[in-house]
Amino acid sequence: MATHILDEDFQPYQWLSEFAQQMPAGRDGASASFIGTMRDYNEDATVRSMTLEHYPAMTLRYLEKLATQAKTDWPLNDCLIVHRVGKIFPGEAIVLIGCWSAHRRAALDACNWLIEELKYKAPFWKKESSGQGERWVVSNTDGL
Amino acid sequence: MSIQVKFFASLRETLGQSETTVEDAVTVAEVWDMATQSATPPNNLLVAVNLDYATLQSPVKEGDEVAFFPPVTGG
Repeated sequence: MATHILDEDFQPYQWLSEFAQQMPAGRDGASASFIGTMRDYNEDATVRSMTLEHYPAMTLRYLEKLATQAKTDWPLNDCLIVHRVGKIFPGEAIVLIGCWSAHRRAALDACNWLIEELKYKAPFWKKESSGQGERWVVSNTDGL
Repeated sequence: MSIQVKFFASLRETLGQSETTVEDAVTVAEVWDMATQSATPPNNLLVAVNLDYATLQSPVKEGDEVAFFPPVTGG
């Protein structure tokens, strides 16, 4: 189980691959992952960049709490959460979640639960920068 | 010993302060009033005491860290 908060661009597929390489071969029958990346548009504006602010002590603790809860609620063998902070540009990854288990249902359900919990509870805030200036994102889309 | 108060994101900008300290508050609501000169709290205000979610009615004590912030938008 691992949680990371990064202040520079990261390659989610490389992280998944390197994390999975440390696992015992043949243990997991299923892995599920979610990767969130930055779009270059939101609502009515073209977005040039975004700054992700967070509450450092609480964020780290909260991500660890989510990972621990997921391992309690589903038969997961392992789980990885990586989240960006700082200035982000379109196309860059914002969040990566990976779940490994013996069977698909636990991996898929835990991955879905983790991204939804993270989006509604983990203390991160996005501020978008467009040609019209800067604006805070007011709320996350509801389960879309 | 006092209570540490932190504000994040749009709330920090609206109030024009990122952190302060208050003395002798016994609930989160009192902390808010002392730290903001009794500004009206936004309807969607979120609160944490010592890094765990709490409410305006939650008790606080000397040495606690209380944070106020808007709805989160990570992920």
